Amino acid sequence: MNKENRLLKWLTGGPPFLFLLVFFVAPSLIMVLASFRFPGEYGGLAPLISEGRVALTLETYQFFFSDFIYTQVFIKSLVVALATTLICLLMAYPVALLIARSDKKFRDLMVLLVVLPFASNFLIRVYAWMIILGPQAAFSRMVNGALGWLGFEPVALLFSPFAVLVGMVYVHLPFMVLPLYTNLEKHDPVLLDAAQDLGANAWQRFWRVTWPLSLPGVYSGAALVFIPVLGMFAIPDILGGTGDILIGNLIKDQFLGTRDWPFGSTLSIMLTLVVLACAGLAMWFSRRGSGNHA
Amino acid sequence: MRNKSLWFAAVLVYAFLYLPLVIVVTYSFNDSRLNAEWVGFTLHWYKVLFSDEQMLRAAFNSLLIACTASAIATVLGTMAGLAIHRYKLKLLPVLVITPVAMPEILLGVSLLLFFIQVLNLTLGLFSVLIAHITFCIGFVAIIVRARLAGMDESIFEAARDLGATPWQTFRLITLPLIMPGVIAGALMAFTLSIDDFVITFFTAGVGVATLPLQIYSMIKIAVTPEVNAVSTLLMLLTLGLIVLASRIAPEVIKGKA
Repeated sequence: MNKENRLLKWLTGGPPFLFLLVFFVAPSLIMVLASFRFPGEYGGLAPLISEGRVALTLETYQFFFSDFIYTQVFIKSLVVALATTLICLLMAYPVALLIARSDKKFRDLMVLLVVLPFASNFLIRVYAWMIILGPQAAFSRMVNGALGWLGFEPVALLFSPFAVLVGMVYVHLPFMVLPLYTNLEKHDPVLLDAAQDLGANAWQRFWRVTWPLSLPGVYSGAALVFIPVLGMFAIPDILGGTGDILIGNLIKDQFLGTRDWPFGSTLSIMLTLVVLACAGLAMWFSRRGSGNHA
Repeated sequence: MRNKSLWFAAVLVYAFLYLPLVIVVTYSFNDSRLNAEWVGFTLHWYKVLFSDEQMLRAAFNSLLIACTASAIATVLGTMAGLAIHRYKLKLLPVLVITPVAMPEILLGVSLLLFFIQVLNLTLGLFSVLIAHITFCIGFVAIIVRARLAGMDESIFEAARDLGATPWQTFRLITLPLIMPGVIAGALMAFTLSIDDFVITFFTAGVGVATLPLQIYSMIKIAVTPEVNAVSTLLMLLTLGLIVLASRIAPEVIKGKA
């Protein structure tokens, strides 16, 4: 029985395990190693063993910390990710709450309506904002008309930090709605009735019952938005101006532009560390939160 | 009263979600090179699209990769989901979830390094396929596992007690029960694969383009409403897939069997 069980365990778990070992773990380790290597003469990597010695260095890490510009880009990316997460939360919560409180018949349709735009291609969704925020588009002219009327200079909406933020929110919004809805749907309406019977008003019922219970959904939604935004290069690339560079754009340039792979790897490792730190923080928060309210 | 303000906020969010797509579709029929003002109705951009050989080849590549990657990822992901649920594994859940949870760019560049540096592979359709399977496995596994989590374990024990072999238990009991999850996972994998830009961007090399890569280069170099036309058709394809899914497996759309 025990032996059979072990065999079954390897038969089901083995193939995906091996696949991910080769195509996920190994590449990640290669990248860690690459961050300590010397750049090649024509881009890429220098040979690992030169003149009979293993050629490893901390140079790229020193370079990262020697120029404040890189730390600055990391801080900027964190700020953008935080702003995107908060805006997504503010927009997603009412929708998720409404769906969870709607008649069972309509819930699936309402969820589907949130997911449907998300099923259209990522670049299309970004491209749509290129049209809307473009200088000749009605929206831009409206905004600039209003600004002119108020006595301000006209602004360019496209290729700006504003456009980047709008794109980020638009692309990641469903990631916030879904976990929130999954959580809110499970709430027992009896709790709210009880709170009402005990004299809680609508705001108190939300703030003291619904919100604390929904925190696990909030945390998983926040993680699903925050982490991808942190590494995003395509949205700043398409909607941002030349100065709106985030971590992802730095990494992309190192690998495909200047072809300095060791430094690109170093930047990727730093991004990984930041992501792990954020994930750890979120986990700590949610554990503390569930400890308080369980 | 409270519901009314909720409705108001939700309608605004739904409008925010749909307005941009409506604009893309509308301008695909616009008789102007600029996506700025409505001039008149035309099908010109669709004609341009269907005579654009690069675009058609990219579409073919995308479909080929999405079908193959989602098929392989569904098998591997279902296995992973089952194994994680049943055997309380420690390492596999981490391996399955990390590629999904990390920013995509990290998987993209590490695979780029790996393919060129270790496998000495020329980047192309094969490297893109491997990359897509890698990030799709996790999504399938998560969905299948979620499906298993809500299940009464005693059903499987009963089957075993009644003398079913492990394979019989899997084929006659487990698989039919998790089927909605498997189909949902497969559709998810297909959509993710055909939608993927970032990881493909790093693993495709120079010679091969998928639809997202083709769209990206058009957006970056010269925007014409041909982009709107291909976008509209892609949206129709996804819409068709979802309708199809609701016919084949209504429980996928409903989320419950």
